Amino acid sequence: ENVDPQKTAFVLRKAWTLYSVTPLYRFHRGRLRDYARLLSAFIAAEKQKGLAVEVGVELDIKVAVSSLADLRGSEQDQAAVLVQLSLRSRASSRNSEDKLVWSGWFCSVYGDDLSENMPEDFTCLPLFLTHGAESYTSVVGSWFQKTFDCCFRRLAISPLNLSWMVAMWAGCKLDRAASAVELVFSIPHLSQPLDISYAIHPEDAKALWDTVQKTPGEITQEEVDVFMDCLYAHFHRHFKIHLSAAKLVKVSTAVASAHCDGIVKILHSQYLPGVLMLLTELAISQIQ
Amino acid sequence: HLATSLPLPSERDHLRPRIDLIVFMIDIKSKYSLKNVEASLAHVDASFFLGKVCFLVTGVGRVNACSIETNTVCKLGEAYCSPVLFCELELEGIRVTTAQRLLRMLQICAGHIPGVSALSFVSLMRNSDDD
Repeated sequence: ENVDPQKTAFVLRKAWTLYSVTPLYRFHRGRLRDYARLLSAFIAAEKQKGLAVEVGVELDIKVAVSSLADLRGSEQDQAAVLVQLSLRSRASSRNSEDKLVWSGWFCSVYGDDLSENMPEDFTCLPLFLTHGAESYTSVVGSWFQKTFDCCFRRLAISPLNLSWMVAMWAGCKLDRAASAVELVFSIPHLSQPLDISYAIHPEDAKALWDTVQKTPGEITQEEVDVFMDCLYAHFHRHFKIHLSAAKLVKVSTAVASAHCDGIVKILHSQYLPGVLMLLTELAISQIQ
Repeated sequence: HLATSLPLPSERDHLRPRIDLIVFMIDIKSKYSLKNVEASLAHVDASFFLGKVCFLVTGVGRVNACSIETNTVCKLGEAYCSPVLFCELELEGIRVTTAQRLLRMLQICAGHIPGVSALSFVSLMRNSDDD
């Protein structure tokens, strides 16, 4: 996959909130400019109704909708669609640039499971990622739902899936010095919430994963279980706490980090397709 | 009788009534509970696995909080020839239904239902699972 790093740079190092989206009905890639205009009008109308953002400030929202051919897995995938909202201040000084306030993009990376038997009129882009105020997400989401008869749902990530992610990503080969592998656990049933953060040297984590993984390129549930059990056993030896009884809520590696509320940050462009493929799979299983 | 793990303390052996059914509870949100059950299974006499053991998986209502794969528990049930029941204790309706099912199983295991033995019951359940 020859992905142009320039085009995908906007994805890296931002916290994206994840949603699953059902297929879009009668979405036409040739009409992106029209869609931008219609969405812009919708946002202005919502603002009139007092439902939108930035109360008390007279600002114009400029909408841009574009297609990103590079962000896809196979030829079967639809190219990603990026929506960007920028603020254009009425009282703009001469050299003011529009300020990007919200971005959201739809994508599908190896989403064949969903698109395989889909009728012609439907466009499958099951993963939706947003960055910016929730109020904008809500307005944009409403417009897409009304226009293309689709349905958005927050994508939650279970502890089971988080442990897959940390095992996979901790095992990734990185040339530069990597940051620590961190797991955050939340302890249930306490009057005051208690979080435990478990940080592991990235080389140790990778060394552990290398001893566990039998076939390069393939990962099984058993291997992930062994990896996690080793981490739990090590922690128990030192602190007498069973992390396996706690809830894994966040994992962080040099490749990417993910939170159970469905928030991810991708840090390394080399592994971007792999991460997106995993997230696409999660989105599809939430839809089906 | 409730216990957090097996074996049961030997001091009270002589006071204990006959054990007719063992229900191992696994919380799908806690990997630790699965490990605990796996360790406790080693302390159970083989004769119990002829229909007097059952696995109860709780917390299945919250799909997003799973720490254990359902496949793992199903394989455990197969390995020990015992049925696996799934339930969500936080929902009263399901709680009540599950309790009724367990009670029914206990009646069979204790020999209170004429014509049905623990062994015949569990093989009946296993055949319906394969369908």
